[in-house]
Formats: sequence, C-alpha cells, structure tokens
Amino acid sequence: MEPNTHPFILPQREILMLKLEKLTKVYPTGDKALTDVTLEIPSGQVVALIGPSGAGKSTLIRCINRLVSPTSGKAILDGTDLTALGAGGLRRERRRMGMIFQEYALVERLTVMENVLSGRLGYVGFWRSYFRKFPQKDVDEAFRLLDRVGLLAMADKRADELSGGQRQRVGIARALIQDPALLLVDEPTASLDPKTSRQIMRLICELCQERDLAAIINIHDVALAQMFVQRVIGLRFGVVQFDGPPEGLTPEVLTTIYGEEDWKETIQKVDEEDLQDDAS
Amino acid sequence: MSRSSTLHADARLEDLVGSKWQKPPFITSSLLRWSLTIGALVYFVVAISSLDVNWSRVSEGLDRGLQFFLGFVNPDFTSRAVDIKEGLIESVEMTIASTVVGIFISIPIGLGAARNIAPLPVYLVCRSIVAVSRALNEIIVAILLVAIFGFGPLAGFLTLSFATIGFLAKLLAEEIEDMDKVQAEAVRATGSRWTQWINYGVQPQIMPRLIGLSIYRLDINFRESAVLGLVGAGGIGATLNTAFDRYEFDTAAAILLIIIIVVMMLEYLSGIIRAKVQ
Repeated sequence: MEPNTHPFILPQREILMLKLEKLTKVYPTGDKALTDVTLEIPSGQVVALIGPSGAGKSTLIRCINRLVSPTSGKAILDGTDLTALGAGGLRRERRRMGMIFQEYALVERLTVMENVLSGRLGYVGFWRSYFRKFPQKDVDEAFRLLDRVGLLAMADKRADELSGGQRQRVGIARALIQDPALLLVDEPTASLDPKTSRQIMRLICELCQERDLAAIINIHDVALAQMFVQRVIGLRFGVVQFDGPPEGLTPEVLTTIYGEEDWKETIQKVDEEDLQDDAS
Repeated sequence: MSRSSTLHADARLEDLVGSKWQKPPFITSSLLRWSLTIGALVYFVVAISSLDVNWSRVSEGLDRGLQFFLGFVNPDFTSRAVDIKEGLIESVEMTIASTVVGIFISIPIGLGAARNIAPLPVYLVCRSIVAVSRALNEIIVAILLVAIFGFGPLAGFLTLSFATIGFLAKLLAEEIEDMDKVQAEAVRATGSRWTQWINYGVQPQIMPRLIGLSIYRLDINFRESAVLGLVGAGGIGATLNTAFDRYEFDTAAAILLIIIIVVMMLEYLSGIIRAKVQ
C-alpha cells in the first residue's frame, strides 16, 4: 500500500482518503437505507454522522467496510474501489479500516491483550494467531497502545471484567493496532455515561490527529459531536441533508435532519456545557 | 359488558376505567380454545383406558421383581468380579474412545450446520447428517453394526461415536446460531481469514457450552454402553445381560450399583469442570 501515489504532491492534510460515489443500499425488504450518498473525506478529518435512528448511519459505515454489501455506487478508499473487491482483496482493505462499535464488541471471553492483538489478524497467518504467537513488533505495539489508552495493567484481564469505558478503550486500541487509514466509529458513546463519553470522544479525536486518520463517527448526541469534530454530516431517510462545519447546525438544519422540535434549547445547552467544561 | 380481548385504536379512557382487565388469551376464539382443551382431556382418558393390563400376569411377575430388588439388599460383587472388571474396563474404553472421536467429528459438522456461518449447500449436508444420526436410536444402530462387525466392543464404539455426532453437532450448531453476532462481526472487520474469524470470534463464545456438552455426552455414552451390551455390542452391558440370563440378580444388582456410582461421579466431575470454564 502506497498512500502517496498522486500525480502531484498535495499538502499532507489534503490527501483524499475516502470517496463515496452515489452509494446506495436497498435491503431485500425494499427498505431504502441509503440513497445516492456522495462525499469526500481527506486524511486527518474527523466527521460526525448525525441523524435519527434508522436514518442509515450504521448502514453507511458498514457499507464502507462491507459488513453490509451496498446495492450500487462506489466506496473508494485511497484509490481502491472497495465495492469491486473479491474476498481476498476485501480482507486486505479491511485491515486499513479500523472499526469501533457501539457495545464495544470485544470478544468477552478473550483477554484484553488477545482482543487488541485480534486487530492484527489480517497481517498474520492462521497458526501464528491460533497459538497466539504474534510478531514481537505487534506485541510491542499492543503494549504501547494499551499504555496510550491507560489500560496497560489490564492486559491479561478478561474483557468481561472491564467497565464500559475501559472496554471501549480496548476497542479503540484494537482498531488502531490495525494501522488503519480510516476509522469507522459506530455510536462510540451510546452505552456510556456523559463524562466517560467525553473522554472517549476526546481520545478518539486526539488519536486521529496524532495519526492523521480520517474518521466517520456515528453519533446521536449532537452537542457532543459539535464539541469535538470539524465537520458534520446529517442523514435523514438515507439521504444527506447537511454537510458542513458544526457551527452550521442551526435550528432550521436540525429540523430538516430530525424533524420538528424545539432545537434552540439543545444548541444553547451546548454553549453552557462548553463553559462548564472549560471551568472544570 | 365484556369487551373483546384486544384494545381498539380508538379506545377511550372513560370506557376503560372501572372495567375489568385480564391478559388477552393465547387463542382468541373461545370456541376453539375450549374444544381444544376438552378434546385433549377426552383423548387422554381414552388413551389411558386403552392400555390393557393383565393383572394376573402382574401378580406373578411381582415375585420376580421382588427377587430382583432383594438382590440390591445383598449385591454380589465378588463371585463374578473378573467378568465385572473386564466389562467395566471395556465400557470405559468404549465410552472415552467414542466420545473423543465423536467430538472431533461433530465440531466441523456443527460448524457446517450453523446457518449463520455456513453456506447453504454445506448447511444442508451437515443438517442431513445430524438428522440421520438423531433419527436412528442407538439400539437400532447397534443391532445393525453388530450384524456387520460381529459381537464385541467395536460395534459399541462405532454406535456411540455415531450417536455423539448427532447430539453434539446439533447442540453446537444451535449454540453458534445463538452467539453474539457483534463480537464475531468485530473480528471479521479486522480483515481476518475465515479460520481466524472462527478461532477468535466464534470459538471463545461457544467453548463453555462445548465443554459442558462433551462431559454430558461422556456421561450419556457410559450409560448407553450398559444398554448396548444387551444387544451384543460389548461392555458392562454384556456382563449385565449374562447375569440376567443366569437369574443372578445379586450380581446384576452389583453391576447396576457400579453404573450408578460411575454416573454420579461423572455428574460431580462435570459440575466442577463447568464451573471452572464459565
């Protein structure tokens, strides 16, 4: 994989990492989950994907790493059309897309370390992974990442012994050890308390900056999204309704995304929370 | 006035307050509900009364039954000790060998019989194997295999292996179908191979159940080995059969007591192991 194969040199921040072209998903039931979603995300940009339940947020990120197969359209990661890949090619490209899940999705009966190292499965052979004999550099990187997310002491604990916030940190380490170019993050804070939610969002966004990762974060909490991301995309009924900076989320815009509601309160609350956060 | 069992969309609070409430019945039509209930009762009575009991034969047999129970009061472990020992060793060998072979064969079949991980053709083949194995009772398989391989523990071993496959593969497949999809999905999203996906995403989830079921099957296979001897498939059952044929009820009682003790020990052991692997 050579990320920099463009004919002319672009500044580091401007490399086009992900491009969706008219991505459409129609479920066998006839439900149109996504309709002609077109967007571009450069490396290093963190995008929040907001919208009501059932708007297609989860389907969108699953169509990118093809846990769900899109019906039509293209998803291009760093020049490779993901929708056209066969089984082997898909496995290779999935290594470059780290995914973080709503309910953490750690394998509960494996240890923290095994969960983190499972992020390297795409890079090692079956028997190596079967006997848990990962290359030393993978093991070192796993320790480094666990240290970075503050869980080094937990390495040999079983995943089901951890609290929600700790589990999500393991989930983040598992995604990052893949050495991804893109992070797909599905409701990372939906099962967490407000304080932990902020810590997790902050951690994800910091790591994206450190590693110059593009990221799509599905999120219900509009206020939380506005605090951390540079760009917001609003989805309703599988159609992009809004794409712009978080300041652009006016009550009118939120109404087009979510429907009629008194949005002034929400937006004011964000400002107050920000002040409180700074004060604390 | 009694209202119909389900609420209408235009239900008004004033009409409902003060009215009786009860859980809507499972079968809405009261005619159907009552005819099914009465029909079932009538059938039960008719079925019981159709059993023909020959009371004079029963009174004769009671004496033989008493003899048998008296054997338990004074079981004879010693006079056939060598036969009992040989039979028991043969049974244990048969049990362990058939359980191990059965487990090894049922794991791939169980994976194939789980609809959420196997493609349809594989699924159908594996489900068919499971269905055949489960449809044929051990005794019938044993009679067939004794006819092919002759008397002795080989027929018993093959019978129990065959029965283990149906039992374990089916329950394993059901466990896989009930697994947490998201954990497995997360492993797949890392770009793992299918084999790695099974090893990391699926295996940890089903391991406690696989171990529990395997020990349970070990227990079943030992009990079955006692029955299979009655049709000539070797083991402690053959010794038991000989004892019955000679009307040596005290020896038979000793054998049955040994079987009970072994099964209880296995039960105790499986409790310990299952607690460990949770």
